[in-house]
Amino acid sequence: MAVRDFINPVVRQMKPSGIRKFFDIAAEMDNVISLGVGEPDFDTPWSIRETAIYTLEQGRTHYTANAGLKELRQELASYAFRKYQLIYDPLHEILVTVGGSEAIDLSLKAMLEAGDEVLIPEPSYVSYIPCTQMAGGTPVMVPLREENQFKLMADDLEKKVTPRSKILIMPFPNNPTGSIMTKEDLEPIADFVKAHDLFVISDEIYAELTYGDHPHVSIGSLDGMKERTLVINGFSKTFAMTGWRLGYAMGPDWLIHEMTKIHQFSIMCAPTNSQYAAINALRDCDEQVAKMRREYNRRRRFLMQRLSEMGMDCFEPFGAFYVFPSIKKYGLSSEEFCRRLLFDQRVAVVPGDAFGPDGEGHVRISYAYSIDALKKALERIQAFIEKEL
Amino acid sequence: MLREELLEVLEKNGRVSVDDLSVMLGVSKEEIIHEMDQMEKENVIAGYHTLINWDKTNQERVTAMIEVKVVPQRDEGFDAIASRIYGFDEVSSVFLMSGPFDLMVIVEGKTMQQVSLFVRERLAVLDNVTSTATYFILKRYKDYGILMDSPKKDERMTIWL
Repeated sequence: MAVRDFINPVVRQMKPSGIRKFFDIAAEMDNVISLGVGEPDFDTPWSIRETAIYTLEQGRTHYTANAGLKELRQELASYAFRKYQLIYDPLHEILVTVGGSEAIDLSLKAMLEAGDEVLIPEPSYVSYIPCTQMAGGTPVMVPLREENQFKLMADDLEKKVTPRSKILIMPFPNNPTGSIMTKEDLEPIADFVKAHDLFVISDEIYAELTYGDHPHVSIGSLDGMKERTLVINGFSKTFAMTGWRLGYAMGPDWLIHEMTKIHQFSIMCAPTNSQYAAINALRDCDEQVAKMRREYNRRRRFLMQRLSEMGMDCFEPFGAFYVFPSIKKYGLSSEEFCRRLLFDQRVAVVPGDAFGPDGEGHVRISYAYSIDALKKALERIQAFIEKEL
Repeated sequence: MLREELLEVLEKNGRVSVDDLSVMLGVSKEEIIHEMDQMEKENVIAGYHTLINWDKTNQERVTAMIEVKVVPQRDEGFDAIASRIYGFDEVSSVFLMSGPFDLMVIVEGKTMQQVSLFVRERLAVLDNVTSTATYFILKRYKDYGILMDSPKKDERMTIWL
């Protein structure tokens, strides 16, 4: 007997992230130098790992409070103040989640009703659209433009805002462009948000990875923004802890309260072992983070220099660990460019349109790789451009 | 600032070219050359060493760490006796230590016999050396911040958004 279609149509029409076919080819090919990964090449600092081992030995293998270990939330509160002048009550305004991704999902589920619109800058990380759709909302894309260094502009928001607009997602420092927003850049956005009575989900997962004289500024720290901002961050990028799956959300108690309910029923609590390790990360690892940041910055400068020597156009990004050069002048789509680069030279980079149509004409190159790997890969990219294009 | 960052890079990799350093640190080649010359003159950079994993070669090589107790001398303290020790080619490092002994002497030789001979006939018999205790290194796990095992494979996915 035929089985009826059990799948929710919203899920069925959801595209798998990025360009699946290209990824599958890249994954199966041998001898590929990949610059395609969005996670640190560093291993988690040893003191963090050692803490996790110790807590396992101590038998700390049980559930924690739904919102996360109190001790961790207290550390998070003091960390947020120390780093970004954000003031949150650890008991009512902080929720520990399974990666920043869970926090994004929870916040959209907690706020969206059918038909509510979410303003999503593009190109950006791939989960905002599907999470919005799953929560019943409607994604409304707002272009980030290269001529503005891929910063979000209030003008572009004004063109897309409607009476149904409810949430603005702020993905800065940005994946895939590496773009950042300074305080001056954020102010008009904050004014726009207040004028239209919107709420901001600020995905600040790359906050600790900014370079030059540009320490990260959270939009939540601007005047009148705390009550309409959810700050999302996590341990993955800052502390090279991607596999630990630990993130957090900080925001108004009325939102954290509702998010915690969903979290409680679907997840219960973030992994206990990761939470104990994270306490150590916040307390003891500033120097290691600074060291990783200096290393990323050296690679960033190296990449920028090489791209400019090769004649590739690239705006200088000051955040995350990506550069997003333009490939428009070679007359290929970004997917075609990446596919041919992969076959000709066995170098994997990510087509810009994997991050939305506005990413077309660009490729994302990650510098979460050693200088030696970057050097080799860039030589191959240069050979590809000179011979093939 | 430049000095600190130069040292951070060079400490891990003494072979980085001036061109690469200039790009990575965002300062001119002239500045890099000047700063490195200056540090060499000031003996801040005391040398450029190659870290060799001798276990992977066919050459025999043993290393011993030797605790040495000495009688410090009037006016000279430990310096005179230290210099008598570090003068030997077999000695690769000499440190003045806190704790129950005075000098930590690291000696390298081709065989244990050779090192023992050195300790017995050269080191222990020096005036003012009152005792020695020799420890041979059996395995080098990590040296100068570098793991001696083969480098780890990158286990990340090829592409991850």
